[in-house]
Amino acid sequence: MKQEQMIKVWDITGGIHPPENKDQSMGLPLAELSIPEELVFPLSQHIGAPARPVVAVGDAVLAGEKIAEAVGAMSVPVHASTSGTISAIEERTLPHASGMSGLCIVLASDGQHRFAEQTACADYRQLDVNTLLEKIRNAGIAGLGGAGFPTSLKLHTQQDSPIDTLILNGTECEPYITADHRLMLDFAQDVVAGTELLGFILGEPKRVVIGIEDNKPDAIAAIKHAVGDKAIEVAVFPTKYPSGGEKQLIQIITGQEVPSGKIPAALGIVMQNVGTAVAAYRAVRFGEALTYRITTVVGEALDTQRNIKVLLGTPVAHLLNENGFDSSQSSKLIMGGPMMGFALPSADVPVVKTTNCIIAPSVEEMPPAPPAQACIRCGLCAEACPASLLPQQLYWYAKAEEYERLQNYNLFDCIECGACSYVCPSTIPLVQYYRSAKGAIRQQEQEKVKSDHARQRFEFRKLRMERAEQEKEAKRLARKQAAEQAKQIAAERKAAASTQADAPDTVKDDPVAAALARVKAKEQDPAAQKAKLERALDSATSRVEKLQQRFVAAEADQKEKFEAQLKQAQLRLDDAKTKLQDFSTASQPNEVNLETNLKNNLENSLETKAKDSTASPEQTQSLKPAAAETMDAATAAIERAKAKTQSMAEMSPEEKLKAQLTALETRVQKAKEKLQKAEADGSEHVEALRTGLEKMTAKLVNTQEQLEQLSQ
Amino acid sequence: MAFIRASSPHAHIANTTGDVMRWVLLATLPGFIVLSHFFGWGTLINVVLACLCALASEALVLALRKRPIIVYLKDGSALVTAILLALALPPYAPWWLVIIGTASAIILAKQLYGGLGYNPFNPAMVGYVILLISFPVEMTSWSIPQTLLSGGQSLPSLASALQLVFTGADTVDAYSGATPLDLFKTEQGLLVEQVYQRHALFSDAILAGVGWEWVNAAFLLGGLYLLYKRAFTWHGPVAMLAALALMSLLFYDGGSSNSGGTLWLHLFSGGTMLGAFFIITDPVSGATSNRGRIIFGAGVGILVYVIRVWGNYPDAVAFAVLLMNFAAPFIDYYTVPRTYGHKKSERATRSHDS
Repeated sequence: MKQEQMIKVWDITGGIHPPENKDQSMGLPLAELSIPEELVFPLSQHIGAPARPVVAVGDAVLAGEKIAEAVGAMSVPVHASTSGTISAIEERTLPHASGMSGLCIVLASDGQHRFAEQTACADYRQLDVNTLLEKIRNAGIAGLGGAGFPTSLKLHTQQDSPIDTLILNGTECEPYITADHRLMLDFAQDVVAGTELLGFILGEPKRVVIGIEDNKPDAIAAIKHAVGDKAIEVAVFPTKYPSGGEKQLIQIITGQEVPSGKIPAALGIVMQNVGTAVAAYRAVRFGEALTYRITTVVGEALDTQRNIKVLLGTPVAHLLNENGFDSSQSSKLIMGGPMMGFALPSADVPVVKTTNCIIAPSVEEMPPAPPAQACIRCGLCAEACPASLLPQQLYWYAKAEEYERLQNYNLFDCIECGACSYVCPSTIPLVQYYRSAKGAIRQQEQEKVKSDHARQRFEFRKLRMERAEQEKEAKRLARKQAAEQAKQIAAERKAAASTQADAPDTVKDDPVAAALARVKAKEQDPAAQKAKLERALDSATSRVEKLQQRFVAAEADQKEKFEAQLKQAQLRLDDAKTKLQDFSTASQPNEVNLETNLKNNLENSLETKAKDSTASPEQTQSLKPAAAETMDAATAAIERAKAKTQSMAEMSPEEKLKAQLTALETRVQKAKEKLQKAEADGSEHVEALRTGLEKMTAKLVNTQEQLEQLSQ
Repeated sequence: MAFIRASSPHAHIANTTGDVMRWVLLATLPGFIVLSHFFGWGTLINVVLACLCALASEALVLALRKRPIIVYLKDGSALVTAILLALALPPYAPWWLVIIGTASAIILAKQLYGGLGYNPFNPAMVGYVILLISFPVEMTSWSIPQTLLSGGQSLPSLASALQLVFTGADTVDAYSGATPLDLFKTEQGLLVEQVYQRHALFSDAILAGVGWEWVNAAFLLGGLYLLYKRAFTWHGPVAMLAALALMSLLFYDGGSSNSGGTLWLHLFSGGTMLGAFFIITDPVSGATSNRGRIIFGAGVGILVYVIRVWGNYPDAVAFAVLLMNFAAPFIDYYTVPRTYGHKKSERATRSHDS
């Protein structure tokens, strides 16, 4: 007798002991069904991208023939599980909690179950690892334990993180399910052979362990017998749900915890379901594609409860009917176990690669949960949680939609095992709350990514616009400089022309100077000038008039509103002033400048009044005459300016210039005084005044020069 | 055919919140019997009055809140509050005392906060403290245990007990006497040994005062039953009793006139056991995690000792529990258990910058 040695195992925190309900389906041997008339193959039976059909409607296929190919690395192909003709490729209801539809290949079987040719391989050790992985991938193998992760991908390890522990999961901790139990009993040799194959692919890890819960002594014995002297440990540990969860089984067998957000490979551990190992072995050894699996068919609504070697794609209804399903007794249909399985929307969905169990319970067997009561924070859920979460807090914050808090309480470490909901005395559907909160947080994060992206785009656009604006500004400056230079050159040439006879030709030669001259000529056209100025004056006058009227009419309680309007008017006047100042640098400055002064005055008086009105609204009435006075003065000044412009238009150039010069001198003097005053007062207009003065001085100098030239 | 669609898990344990409440009611039975044995009908009258008032108050608020009355009354939580308060009140207390206490507990402390599961304070203790502060005389008039009654005296009959409660007959004084904790506090000039010799309340007792030691033993028994039924975890009660024991050992000082009293006096008199197994185990107003419950329980234990020995009130369970109720959310924030796959436990208040 071989020396039995106990393998050290660790305990998991939490966990529950629901009624096992495993005997019902273990009483009968593994059975097979008749071949259904129609089989349905969803293109997405695994985690990852759906497979792409490689057959067309009407094609004849054999069992084991590929009907859809993998798309990308995170995908596996789909094979026909029997021979027949493709009758449709269409949307069908999927075996999914949501009851959603998805693209499926529908096969009308011919009942002959003819197989495609298979390539056997007597000694896989002669092949390299990549060839083996390709064989496993081509056979369409994805985790049969329930998750459906592409097996070849899980076995494909990185060079820098070698695998030192391979764990075969034969725990089967969920109540009712006995598919792996049956597999380990009936195919113990294949389980061990599969384990060896996976060990070979992973570079012979130091530890290879098959983990089985102690409620399956016959399976443990069978596996131990099959293992014999091979370097494979069989770890037996107490029955407790959810010991078979990947993270939990790693803790039980190695005492280590998979770091949050990492995969077991980070610890040098790979875990595979025993059924997956058998499928991988058969794919490599015999070239068998994944066309069937063992599924537990159980529940009191059935005559026979047992394990079935069922062809993938078989409709659940066919499975149920061949086991004496009494629909009158049943209200629910569950795919998977009672803890983590999902309720099927109908029996018209097919068995897929991950279907380890179909439960058709009677109403008494699985009564609907009574209505949820208030959470009394009894803490039974926290006791049961294998991840050491605080489910009652998670529930509280999930209900309140406090997502940050939920993340602080590590919602995403929840494996949704359902232990908390199971023990909840208030029958609160806790897991449902967590699923929905997880979904909402994921959606929020996606939206955040989207909005971040949009913000980045916006900011980048703003930056681009600013840069374009700067470039434009730089170009404008460059043009202005060029124009000034050209002007200077023209002036120099003009000066030179007064001493040299051929001056006009030089002017003609310079197109910039010519253009400038044209503009100047146009500007000097007194009629156009006058009309333009009059228009500007008219509009300014009418605006000021209107404001005056309103100001007078304004009541004390409307002061605020009026102030805002005044401010606006001031802004407009400012604008007009600037334009007019610019204009004043041109050859007909007197009237314009006069106008500017006038406007300044008006503006000042308006300002003063606005200030007065804010200081003491009751003074409004007394302000009325003052405003009228200012208006009269303004009109008179405008009239005078008009007359002056008229008279100037009739003067000779020399006289004009002289008059201008005198006027300019007076204005410069006045502007100087004004500036001094403004500086003394610390007025905000100092800058504007100073610029105006500078311009005026420049103009004065210019006019003097012109006069000198003329008089020479 | 169409099937019922439900989210997993599809199986549930048979226990319900109503069951838990019924266990608690059952577990108060030994304490109730012992109290009745020593103090007569008064306890039963308290319990009946409190239960009726609690159900009426709860029904009233549920009706105002437009909730299904029967569904909520069936959870038994109002009865639990009523019985715990009734057992803590002096037997033969005037009827209005019980009514005010119970109505405050149910309406103010429980329903105004949103009903079962939302009350931050233990309702029974809120009711108790309201009464203790408002009616100190009535609240400290405990009756004399029957074994200490002098010659011709016996416990009042049911009729005279009802008369006492409802008319406030002047015979009250004949039955009232100090509790062990009261007595110990008023006799502070004496050595512990002298106190124990002079008063029959102590000299006739085994550990901590006639009647009271048995009352506490009975509540301990009920508590152990609940622990066995896993109605709560051991963390809170054990932490409270351990902290109280530690304090009384530390400050016993051999029994001088300044002594805080013996270990047994503190563990087996007053509301110690009722508090440890029936009050601080109220999950709604307590701390959430096991570590938090240890801190919560220890806090109550320490406060009970501090208030009993250095405070103005002879007993302190109610104040201690309410003070720790205040601290429960704070404790929760700092005692989140270490989640699987995390190096250390994280605070619930950390912010996510990323």
